[in-house]
Amino acid sequence: MSEKQYKLVKCIINGKAQEAIVDVRASLTDMLRNDYRMTSVKKGCEVGECGACNVIIDGECYNSCIYLAVWADGKEIKTLEGLMGPNGELSDIQQAFIDEAAVQCGFCTPGVIMSAVEILDSGKIYKREELRKLLAGHLCRCTGYQNILNAVEKTMYQRLGKELPDYLESR
Amino acid sequence: MKDKEHVIGKSVKRVDAFEKVTGRAKYTDDICDKSSYTAKILHSTVAHGIVKSIDTKEAERIPGVVKVVTCFDVPKHYFPTAGHPWSTDPEHQDVKDRLLLTDHIRFYGDDVAAVVAENEVAAAQAVRAIKVEYEELSFVLDVQKAMEEDAPLIHEEYPRNILKHTSINSGNYEEARKEEGLIKVEGWYDTPTVQHCHIENFICYSYMEQGRIVVVSSTQIPHICRRIVGQALGIPWGEVRVIKPYIGGGFGNKQDILYEPLCAYLSTVVGGRLVKLDISREETFVSNRVRHAIRTHIISYVRPDGSFAARKMECFSDQGAYASHGHSIAAKGMGAFPQLYPCPNIEADAYTVFTNKSVAGAMRGYGIPQAMFAVESHTDDIALALGIPPYEFRWKYLMPKGYTDGFSKNVNYFDSFHQCLEKGKEHIDYDRKVQEYANQTGEIRKGIGVAAFWYNTGVWPISLETSSCRMVLNQDGSVQVQVAETEIGQGADTAYAQMTAETLGIPFQKVHVVSTQDTDITPFGTGAYASRQTYMAGFAIHQTANLLKSHILDTAQELTRHTKQSLDLIDGNIVRLGDEEILMSLADLAEEKLYSLTNNGHLTAESTYQAKTNAYSFGCTFAEIEVDIPECRITLTNIVNLHDCGKLINPQLAMAQVHGGMSMGIGYGLLEKLLFDEKTGKPLNDNLLDYKLSTFMDHPELKGDFVENYEPTSAYGTKALGEPPVCSVAPAIRNALLQATGVAVDEIPLTPHVLFRRFKEEGLL
Repeated sequence: MSEKQYKLVKCIINGKAQEAIVDVRASLTDMLRNDYRMTSVKKGCEVGECGACNVIIDGECYNSCIYLAVWADGKEIKTLEGLMGPNGELSDIQQAFIDEAAVQCGFCTPGVIMSAVEILDSGKIYKREELRKLLAGHLCRCTGYQNILNAVEKTMYQRLGKELPDYLESR
Repeated sequence: MKDKEHVIGKSVKRVDAFEKVTGRAKYTDDICDKSSYTAKILHSTVAHGIVKSIDTKEAERIPGVVKVVTCFDVPKHYFPTAGHPWSTDPEHQDVKDRLLLTDHIRFYGDDVAAVVAENEVAAAQAVRAIKVEYEELSFVLDVQKAMEEDAPLIHEEYPRNILKHTSINSGNYEEARKEEGLIKVEGWYDTPTVQHCHIENFICYSYMEQGRIVVVSSTQIPHICRRIVGQALGIPWGEVRVIKPYIGGGFGNKQDILYEPLCAYLSTVVGGRLVKLDISREETFVSNRVRHAIRTHIISYVRPDGSFAARKMECFSDQGAYASHGHSIAAKGMGAFPQLYPCPNIEADAYTVFTNKSVAGAMRGYGIPQAMFAVESHTDDIALALGIPPYEFRWKYLMPKGYTDGFSKNVNYFDSFHQCLEKGKEHIDYDRKVQEYANQTGEIRKGIGVAAFWYNTGVWPISLETSSCRMVLNQDGSVQVQVAETEIGQGADTAYAQMTAETLGIPFQKVHVVSTQDTDITPFGTGAYASRQTYMAGFAIHQTANLLKSHILDTAQELTRHTKQSLDLIDGNIVRLGDEEILMSLADLAEEKLYSLTNNGHLTAESTYQAKTNAYSFGCTFAEIEVDIPECRITLTNIVNLHDCGKLINPQLAMAQVHGGMSMGIGYGLLEKLLFDEKTGKPLNDNLLDYKLSTFMDHPELKGDFVENYEPTSAYGTKALGEPPVCSVAPAIRNALLQATGVAVDEIPLTPHVLFRRFKEEGLL
């Protein structure tokens, strides 16, 4: 294989400066999984349909399977591994996924949580139907989405210091 | 005596949730060493044919290619793939019709050759470079056409492509239908081919160690996998070791042996080196398993009061190209028919028929979603024909309390159907809405429908039901628990931990369920399927915990000098009965025993429970829709599922199971269908863009509720819940459409294409 097929990619992954020589044809999923062992980045379709590989790039959530690794050069990337605090504290959204039983097989979970982080970090308040649309890039076969939605919506209200609507209280 | 703290019935958090929300839970691909070779499969591009020749020269020249194996190279050990317990009786064994690779192509996507390469790119290039010459044969895609005399024969030993035909005959249908004054209601009901769509595709890897073959696989059934890999490779079963890490969903697809034997074989031909076989989404759709499409014909002769005089059912189950789970699915669906609405005169026939399509296997509900769509759609057709409200018809004629099935010995001990119907009716405000939506006109209409189901728990008496459990006490009074019934996302490990804590008498946090199954280490058992885990593993856990407790109390007697009979283990302490005095902690006992210089011992227990019972699980769905007639579009606006699955071990996780099943049922009723090109047999929508899996946008709020009747045959009062929630959703939606429009649509999914045709036929458009 010719040398021009490989390129140095420097980026920040979960707060740490990293660099690696990657195949120019590799996806960001490949780079994160294979070069950095970020195994939370899951492969469910590898063509941007399921959302299991979602990561945050410069504050925006992407399907990393259809984002070339070389495009990550100079970018700041956050994966699920980067959410936990230094002493092992879970982030609010991770805890909400546990509390709301939003996790079953767990394979879609990392990707959905990363989209939730993007939504929650926006600081905006969304109606439940808007949250459905914002999360619609993720497929899940286990949960029927119900408890995932509850987890995201409850965390949103809690972050904004607002009271939960009645329909969430009773869940 | 003060009441014991109960952990059963509490919504404790999943034991694996922390790992899964932090990304630390390791799935098959996550633990495969990066030094692995990559394998890829060449799938056929014809639906039926014979491989005349294969040219691998160009493929072999590609740098990085290690080995190319074709259908002409593999050993001819025919093997079965169904995840059924093995039977020592040849009559009850699954059909052995698969080879690792085949020169007789039976569906578009069949396995012709495989490549092992140093990397994925080389493997993919090599697969593309292999040249295959086929002799094409005519093919058949329709299940009833496949039964015609001149249809292409897919397996020589099965005339008219019928894998199996079984019947039920009770009473005398022909005589009974002659009764005067009967009303005949007849219908044909079609269900689609759908795929499981677990988000983790099938994946496995294999290597050799000390002369044995090790397979790490995303499977629901590790011990069955060991047996089948042994059969396929023609080696003793003990020379195979199967390890199952966390898996990203299964839903029955992984209750089949998919490519574990091929991957194991590929490792053996490259000197036992590590070989990974990571199946793509497209391959998952086409070359794994699908749910059987079943066409069902029902004729009912009913009296004007709605009572049944005679009933007939015929089902034609589309097996696809290979036997896999075969006739079990259609037979199970047919078996539900005489019991849901008992009738003295029944004639039923089920045919499972090969076609040149993707192979059908187990999928959540195992024949019951198909049967319930047919039977419960038909029930509304009867109610309509008789002018009896469909809810009242069900109230009057559904399986009554006390009904006993002679075969399984299942008993409807309680009044579960009435309780579920009543509760569901209140939840959805049925009485008011059914009135309000009657006799609507206009382009946008609303409707409300109901459908019921029953479901078995496990597979007794059709096949073996057994579970084995091992518990090992640690120095600190905690225990490891191992069973072979796998965690596949449903939350089984958490339920096992609750059961163990409850019966042994230790805190929940002190129970460590070993989530990984390893056939070298895990006690023998058959895996996760048939909604059997809490019921079957429950027996073994209950028995083993009592055994371990007995050993612990023996030790307590040694150490405390109190007789065993006066002692109990409560919340991790040895307690003297009567005055409730804590004599010592289990941790102190365990430490003393393990390090004793006088009477040392390792406290452990292991036992097998063979279950010879089954249990009816019951429930129903109420669905409310809005239909836009000109747009031919249904919006599901409200849905509630009711279940009697016995005592809930963990209410929150039980409800999560209900949500997931409802979601799958909604997709089944409204969206999902795997399509095949009539001209070529090629699958048309083998990806998650064109195959319409429900998204966040496609559901209303999912509501569920339970009727908790303690199941008398069960160790913990529990029975099936994993599969039941999917079973009655589609017919409830279809019946809501019938109420809204008066149009009976007898096929799912209820897509605009189907509605357009039916609305046209009925003059609504």
